[in-house]
Amino acid sequence: MAIKTVIEAVRDTLLEEMQRDERVIVLGEDVGRNGGVFRATDGLWSKFGDDRVIDTPLAESSIVGIAIGAALNGLRPVVEIQFADFIHSAMDQIMSEAAKIRYRSNGAFGCPLVIRAPYGGGIHGALYHSQSVEALFFHVPGLKIVMPSTPYDTKGLLKTAIRDDDPVLFFEHKRTYRHIKGEVPDEGFAIPLGVADIKREGTSLTIITYGAMVHEALAAAEDLAGEGIDAEVIDLRTLQPLDKATILNSVKKTSKAIVLHEDNKTGGVGAEIAAILAEELFEFLDGPIVRVAAPDVPAVPYSPPLEEAFLPNRGWVVEAARRLAAY
Amino acid sequence: MLTRIVMPQLGESVAEGIVSRWLKQEGDLVAKDEPLVEVVTDKVTAEIPSPVAGILKKIVVAEGATVEVGHELALIEEQVQSVVRVAGSQVASASTTMPEDAMSSAVAHRIPNGTGDAGLPRSSPIVRRLAAEHGIDLAEVSGTGLGGRITREDVLHFLSSRKEQPLAPSQELSAEPSLRATPADREEIVPLSPMRRTIARRMAQSKVTVPHVSTMIEVDMTKVVQFRERMKAEFRRREGVDLTYVPFVIRAVVEALKEHPILNSSWGEDKIIVKKYINIGVAVALEDGLIVPVIPDAGDKSIAGLARAVDDLTKRARAGKLRVADVQGGTFTVNNTGAFGSIMSTPIINQPQAAILSMETIVKRPVVIDDAIAIRSIMNVCLSFDHRITDGLAAGRFLQSVKRRLEGFDPNNLESELAISH
Repeated sequence: MAIKTVIEAVRDTLLEEMQRDERVIVLGEDVGRNGGVFRATDGLWSKFGDDRVIDTPLAESSIVGIAIGAALNGLRPVVEIQFADFIHSAMDQIMSEAAKIRYRSNGAFGCPLVIRAPYGGGIHGALYHSQSVEALFFHVPGLKIVMPSTPYDTKGLLKTAIRDDDPVLFFEHKRTYRHIKGEVPDEGFAIPLGVADIKREGTSLTIITYGAMVHEALAAAEDLAGEGIDAEVIDLRTLQPLDKATILNSVKKTSKAIVLHEDNKTGGVGAEIAAILAEELFEFLDGPIVRVAAPDVPAVPYSPPLEEAFLPNRGWVVEAARRLAAY
Repeated sequence: MLTRIVMPQLGESVAEGIVSRWLKQEGDLVAKDEPLVEVVTDKVTAEIPSPVAGILKKIVVAEGATVEVGHELALIEEQVQSVVRVAGSQVASASTTMPEDAMSSAVAHRIPNGTGDAGLPRSSPIVRRLAAEHGIDLAEVSGTGLGGRITREDVLHFLSSRKEQPLAPSQELSAEPSLRATPADREEIVPLSPMRRTIARRMAQSKVTVPHVSTMIEVDMTKVVQFRERMKAEFRRREGVDLTYVPFVIRAVVEALKEHPILNSSWGEDKIIVKKYINIGVAVALEDGLIVPVIPDAGDKSIAGLARAVDDLTKRARAGKLRVADVQGGTFTVNNTGAFGSIMSTPIINQPQAAILSMETIVKRPVVIDDAIAIRSIMNVCLSFDHRITDGLAAGRFLQSVKRRLEGFDPNNLESELAISH
C-alpha cells in the first residue's frame, strides 16, 4: 500500500496494464518522449518504445480514428487527449464510429478503446484548458464515461476501462492530479464500471456528485455536520452506465437530493439525474430536487476573481443544503 | 455568516454617535430591515435597521457609550428565516446571502416557499404517502418546515408519539368491564373522516372557550317573499343562478354590521379587534359534514352579487373544489338552518368570530297587525354571540337592525339593486 496522487495512480496503472497485456498501446500528443504534459505517461516510452508509445501529430480526429482502427484490429489503445477541451474535433469519430461499432456490427466487433483526458477548471486554464465535456457524450448510447475522484478509484477504474471491450471515456479532473492523495494498494484490483461509491453516509439529505466536486461535497458535509445537517455524499464514479440503484436507495432514505457538478447547469448530467429522481421517486420526496452547478456562461473565466465566482465550491453546497434541509 | 453592524455616518460633519437604546437583545431573532438600535448624535436621532435576517449574536457597544462613525456595534448571524404565523395566514421569508445576479442564479435558488399561498400543498409526496400508509390526519400534525409545511420528520415524530397514547384509553376501559362485554352486533364502529375530526375539534373548542348566548327574533318576511316570487324566474333567466332568501338576509346582516361593528370583531385576550372589512361565511351542509366558505367584502355586493357568490361557493363546496383561501378570513357567519325545516337553532360560533346568525324556515302564521289577524310569512332569526365581546343590548340592537331591513324591504330600491350586477 502506498500513498499516491491521482496522476501517479494513472501512470502506475498504465505501466501495469502495458506490462500485463502487450496489446495495450498508448498514443497522443507529447505522450512519448515528453512523458505527457501532466506526466501521465512518464517513463513508458523508454520502457516500451515507439511501437507501443506513439507521439501523434496535433490532430485529435486522426488520433482517435487511428485508435479505433487499431482497436478493430486487435490492439487495446489508450488514447490521451491532451486537454478535454481539444476533444471536439474527434467527436465524429467518437460518436459516429466508436460508439456505434458493436451495434452496427450486430455484436461482431467491439471497440476496446480508452480515451483519457484531463478536464475541469480552477487552475487558471481559461477557455481552452478548463472545459467539462461529459454532458456531450452522456447523451450518446454506446459510450461509457468514467470520472474518478480519488487515486484509489482512478487505478481500479482505469484497469477495468482498459479491459473493457467497448469504448470508455476516462475523464480525470486536472485539479486532482497532484492535490488529491490517497492510499492505493500495490496489488492489482479492479473496480467495476457502473457502481457508485457512498463516500459519506448520512440521513438528512443526499448529495450526488462526481469528479473534483466530490471533495467540495465532503468538505461541505463537514461544515453542515456542525449545524446538525447530516449529508450523504455519493460519488458516482461512472456516469455511463449510471448506478441508478445507489442513487434511488439513498434518496429514498433521505427524501432530499442535491445534484452537484462543475459543468454548466443547463442540460448537464445533473438534469438527467434530477429527472430520474422525479420520475421514479416522486412519492418519496420531501423537497425539490436541487442542482448546484456552474452558471450557463460560455467559458471558465480567466480572470481569477471571476473564475472563483464561477466554479461551484463547498460554500455553494452548504448554502443549498441548508435551504433544502430547512424546507 | 456574521454580519457587522457599524455606527453609520448620520450627518455630514458628524464624527461619532451615542448608542442610546438597544431595541433587540442578544439572542433575539431579527428580520431584514427591522430596527436594531437607536443612536443619537448632536444633529439627529436615528434607528439603525438590520441589513440581514438572522440572530443578534453579540452586542459590542453598550447603551450610553459614545463611539466613532464606523465603529462596530453588533454582530448578526445570518440565517434562513423560519416561519412567522399570522392569525391563520402563513408568511415565510427566506434570506439570500448570495447577490441576485446571473452568476449566483446558477446556484439552487429556486427552492420554493412551501407556504399555503395560492393553494400550494402543505404536504409533500412522502408526507402524504406516510399519512396514507398510517391513517394519519395531516390536520393534526404540526409542521416545522418552511412555511409551516409538514416535513417527513414531523410525520415520523407524530407517529412515534401516537404509538404511546393507546395506553390511556385502554386503562379506562378496563375499569368498566361492562363495556367490554357488549356484543359486537349491538354496536357499529364508525371511523372518523378527517372532516368529522376537524368539525369535532373546532366545535368543542368553540364551546369550551366562548361563553355562548343565544337570542332570537321573529322577522315578517312577507314583502321579501312576494318580491322573490315575482322575480325569481326572471332572475334565474338573467343571472343563471337561483334567487334564494340567503342573499337578502346577508344583505341585511351586512348593513346591520356596519351599524353595529362590535358584532364583526374578534376576542384578543386583552383587547377586542374590530374588523373594518366584512367577510361573510356561509355555512354549507355536505353529505358527511359542514363547511363554511367565505364571501369576501360582502359589504360591497348587491343582492345579485351575493346570490351569485353563494351559488358559486355552494356548488364548489359540494363538489369538493373549494380552495384554502375560500374558507379563510371570515368575520361573521350566516347559517341557513331553515333549509332543514328548523324554526330555532343555537348555532356554535365559528372562532375567532364574535357571533353567528341562523335564518330559520319561513312559515305562514297568523299574526296581529293593527289589532286584526293577518297571515304573514314569518322567519325566526337566531343569533349566538360571544358574551366576552358584547352583551344582550348590542346583540338585540343588531338583530333589530336586521329585522328592520328585512321587514322594510322596498322592491323599488331592490330592483335597481338587482339591475346592478356585481
